[in-house]
Amino acid sequence: MKLLYFAWVKQKAGTAEEDVVPPADIRDVNGLITWLKTRGDRYEAAFADLDIIRCAVDQEHGDLNTPIAGAMEIAFFPPVTGG
Amino acid sequence: MIRVQAEDFDVGAEVAALTRGRTDIGAVVTFSGLVRDVSGDQAVTSMQLEHYPGMTEKELARIEAEAHARWPLQATLIVHRVGELKPGDNIVLVVTASAHREAAFEAATFLMDYLKTRAPFWKREEGQGEARWVDARENDGKAAARWKHR
Repeated sequence: MKLLYFAWVKQKAGTAEEDVVPPADIRDVNGLITWLKTRGDRYEAAFADLDIIRCAVDQEHGDLNTPIAGAMEIAFFPPVTGG
Repeated sequence: MIRVQAEDFDVGAEVAALTRGRTDIGAVVTFSGLVRDVSGDQAVTSMQLEHYPGMTEKELARIEAEAHARWPLQATLIVHRVGELKPGDNIVLVVTASAHREAAFEAATFLMDYLKTRAPFWKREEGQGEARWVDARENDGKAAARWKHR
């Protein structure tokens, strides 16, 4: 699946986009984040405070409990500040 | 109608285009948001607007469809700029058109409240030699939440 990062989450993660194959037993966004944090310090930094992390699964807003089965694209970003 | 663009927009021209040839519109409300030169007590010399291409357009379309489901609207337009902006520049335009003013006023407020809390845009301000990502404002969440029970 494709992972996208935006704003300061992108800066902390050190990448805008990457393709990953998470372990098959990962069910939801929370599990995905827990797995990502095992991949290095920059992910630990990006996901240090989950209260200020938002996500979208296949371009729809999700939350930590959103299932990721079959998802093509998951994005992580701070609370939005447009307008 | 939704547009995400780097280019500036002309409020008068957008309203004229939206209402041209229409005789069923009795009320038009416009909101435009501009870049200010100060944020809190920090000077702002420029602003970068990042967004999530693909989702941005989908989310704006969802927000617009929600407004049309709630109010009798003849036409709506949302234009949001991205890229580098300077103080005084336009950022966002919302236009709502309806037969009577109440729907147009309410829908414009609703569109901005939802846009501010759901559309995937992020502002980064630059000034005094440093750049900082803008924090989401708690009041924006409260403003959007008031529409949930209506």
